[in-house]
Amino acid sequence: MGLDRPLILVSLLLTGFGLLAVYSAGQTDVPTVAAGLWVRQLVWAGIGVVLAIAVFRISPRLLEWSAPAVYGLSILILVITLVVGRGAGTAASSKSWIVIGGHAVGQPSELAKVAVALMLARYLSTRRDAPMSLRELMVPCLIAGVPFLLVLKQPDLGSSLVFVGILFAMLFWASVRLPLLFLLASPGVSLLLAFSPRIWGLYMVGLFVLLAIWRLYIYESIAVYLLNSVMGAIALPVWRRLAPYQQNRLLTFLNPEVDPQKAGYHAIQSKVAIGSGGWLGNGFLQGPQKRLAFLPAQHTDFIFSVVGEELGFLGVLLALILFLVLFLALLRIARRATESFSSLLVFGLLGLLFTHVFENVGMTVNLLPITGIPLPFFSYGGSFLLITALIIGLALRVAWDSRLSGYIEM
Amino acid sequence: MVIAAFGLLAAAFFRTQILQHERFRLRAAYNRLRPVPRAAARGTIFDRTGQVIAETVPGFSVALLAANEDSLRRALVELGRLVPLDSGLADVVVERFRLARYQPALVVSSASFEQVSRLEEHRVELPGLVIQSEPRRVYPAGKAVAHLVGYVGEVTQSDIDEERYPGSRPGTLVGRAGLEEEYDDSLRGVPGIRYIEVDARGRLVREEGAAPPLPPIPGRPLVTTIDLPLQRYIDSIWPAGVRGAMVAMTPAGEIRAFYSTPAYDPNMFIGGISVEQWQALNRDPALPLLDRALQVRYPPASPFKLAIASMALRRGIVDFGSHMPEPCRGGIQFGNRYFRCWKQGGHGSLDLTSAIAQSCDVYFYQLGLRLGLSAILQDGVLMGFRDKSGLDLGSEVNPIFPSSTAYYDRVYGPRNWSSAVTLNLAIGQGENTQTLINMMRFYQALADGGTSTAPYLVRPGESRARDLGLTPAQLAGIRRALVAVVERGTAASIRQADLTVGGKTGTAQNPHGADHGWFIGFAPAEDPQIVIGGIMEFAKHGTVVAPYVVRALRRYVLGPENEGKEAPIRVVAPEDSAPRSAGTPAVPDTVLPDTVPPDSVP
Repeated sequence: MGLDRPLILVSLLLTGFGLLAVYSAGQTDVPTVAAGLWVRQLVWAGIGVVLAIAVFRISPRLLEWSAPAVYGLSILILVITLVVGRGAGTAASSKSWIVIGGHAVGQPSELAKVAVALMLARYLSTRRDAPMSLRELMVPCLIAGVPFLLVLKQPDLGSSLVFVGILFAMLFWASVRLPLLFLLASPGVSLLLAFSPRIWGLYMVGLFVLLAIWRLYIYESIAVYLLNSVMGAIALPVWRRLAPYQQNRLLTFLNPEVDPQKAGYHAIQSKVAIGSGGWLGNGFLQGPQKRLAFLPAQHTDFIFSVVGEELGFLGVLLALILFLVLFLALLRIARRATESFSSLLVFGLLGLLFTHVFENVGMTVNLLPITGIPLPFFSYGGSFLLITALIIGLALRVAWDSRLSGYIEM
Repeated sequence: MVIAAFGLLAAAFFRTQILQHERFRLRAAYNRLRPVPRAAARGTIFDRTGQVIAETVPGFSVALLAANEDSLRRALVELGRLVPLDSGLADVVVERFRLARYQPALVVSSASFEQVSRLEEHRVELPGLVIQSEPRRVYPAGKAVAHLVGYVGEVTQSDIDEERYPGSRPGTLVGRAGLEEEYDDSLRGVPGIRYIEVDARGRLVREEGAAPPLPPIPGRPLVTTIDLPLQRYIDSIWPAGVRGAMVAMTPAGEIRAFYSTPAYDPNMFIGGISVEQWQALNRDPALPLLDRALQVRYPPASPFKLAIASMALRRGIVDFGSHMPEPCRGGIQFGNRYFRCWKQGGHGSLDLTSAIAQSCDVYFYQLGLRLGLSAILQDGVLMGFRDKSGLDLGSEVNPIFPSSTAYYDRVYGPRNWSSAVTLNLAIGQGENTQTLINMMRFYQALADGGTSTAPYLVRPGESRARDLGLTPAQLAGIRRALVAVVERGTAASIRQADLTVGGKTGTAQNPHGADHGWFIGFAPAEDPQIVIGGIMEFAKHGTVVAPYVVRALRRYVLGPENEGKEAPIRVVAPEDSAPRSAGTPAVPDTVLPDTVPPDSVP
């Protein structure tokens, strides 16, 4: 018995749940583009099952071998996208789509996420020991950093953050010490805190103390401290260079009521939809916010708001529990994997999915700023659904391969 | 860490969906539901027998729901193709939209059935169209009751800001004049609300059943003291093109008819009067918006002689048999001026009764001098000639009557006036102008035991009771004298065989044209049931007015069956035309409200 049945079951449940949500999103009093999309999503789901089965038949060895090629290819496509990319769908203003013959074929950033996970898994698994110093983290950072910057340039802040999620998940799984991870993240933290000089000052003092306690390489400590200082100094100039829509999203995240008609509209309407759901919701297909088109992007980025509005807190809880079960299943596979490449890869993909779920769901309830990234299994869209299927297929294969290694007994 | 993150998410959802549920539920309802006010039917106004003066019938209103001003203007253009719209209407509608963005903006408040059915056919082209039944005001008697009932109009923003009509909202119809204004609070009722459902762009999705509606509470009916047939009768006999007013009241102060002309048709205001119509009404030199019974002051002229007589009787200066030292020879020399009687040939020596009957100016010049200016002013104030009558219509203006001689000091300078002013006052000219309704109240007291309470249409207003201070015998004498006016005096032309009428003619000096005519009379003289007073501008003589008043008296006392049986009217010239006074400046005749500062002498 080598098939991970819980993973298959929870994936199918999530896919079914997602299809229902896409169907509901199309049922509005006012015709929207989402009206008949559930049929196409159903087709995508079918293709996804086939893809998952196909991926299941591919050996992780082949993946490991092809990782540099896949990675190189995806970087190439990202560069090409920057030149010829088009906006489409909910990301109409950014160059994130490859268009061939007038058809939007897909978002290369989705493929790049998987490629980064592959490449990091290969790099980290070939090392005997976990990286012990920041210098040793240079290569992984570069692997994730290049696509991060390319996607950020599109500009697609939400997707680029996924690379950060994958990187940290995999470094953590590769047993990099937590202080090191913290130091790695510290320039970013410094960047965010720099908007409040007083907090930033406290942070810098705290950082100094931590560096003294942890006793890392002296040069690295100095470098980290300097980098934090530089980040603090350039925060405001960088802020000014952000596109206005990015500034607006961050600002309205802090207070959506600043501009309820424009920038804060999405955040407010999503929260209103969810909040009006209550315990049991307005009933499947019955959400007025969705029906009357108050809810924007209700079939893609804000599909979880439809769940919240129509199925209430219990429906939301059910969806979150399904995701939690999915992640625990993936975690178990990663833990029981017989060799480190597979283990790292599965955990990296877990990080990928988790970043998506957390970012998307967090944004609908205004816990996080609005970033247009899809919710796995739910959001309408072919390329990401296929990526999700690919991840599930890959995880199933890893579980299959480790069936003889005590995985089954646990 | 994953579990912690999920716990955070779940907590966030719990907070939003459970703890803040009520807030967001309301917010969602606010998003999609638009309140549409449902006008309350205004209360019906009845006359005393239950005939309808103003009523509310079903009608339709057309409104547009729009997301912004541009789409509203486009929809108006679209709408204009289906129903004719006034040129300036678009701006008015946009203004309404600005006042209440989330409510349908009223376009046509009283649409015809044909318009409504045509709009219904083209509903698809007008996504924001809201048609609902809207009560419509109708005044069956039209112009005949205009000044009595007033009219209704949409409440303005300044009305709302100043809370002039508590509880009204944009679009509410409120009373603008007459009874509609005075009793607006009880007539208006409370508007209800129904909810329509709209989508994110403000397009109408569902009209009914989106949320439970709040039904309007109709206004309370108003029963007045008016006798509508009499009111209509007065309107029907009134000579065409003549300006003036006629009021009928019982001795107890109940108004039976309240007529002023020229008037407007109150039905014209229904559904919003057009700018052109409104300007035409305001620019009309005949001032049809002016209520001539309440808002215009005329010199009281000869009818005021009864006030002088009452003062003299009350102070014991004369009795009905008293003669004045100088007989009437067509005038009297006073100081360096000669004061004429209206009758050039003179009346000879008259007693008080005959002087009243003949309206002899010379007699009253002397009587006024005997009384003295101070006494005339003091008693005049006491008899209410400085006060409003207290009729329950808010637009009444104050009469002008000096409170003391200080008035003359102030106007002419302390030494620049003489007792000549007394002579003018004694014949109802000079610094004394009265509204028809206030003179009516004086004659009401004469007809009813020497006291009067405020006249009223629904409820007596606040006004002190007035007592002329006359004994019953004196009152009887005065009434006999007033009957003598009609039997053998200045109004002998209107003598009726089947009805004893008492009354007094008057001719008010008018420096701007022909004199105004007065007649105030009551009938039957033995036991007065009704007092009717009329004034006609530019009528030249009181005797011109008298026949109309007499016909109204007959109609009220004898009923419609005796109509047309009145004695033929003989004009016995010359009438008691008032003499031209030379010294004192004439008081403006048609005094517009708020244009003449009221006499402010303490």
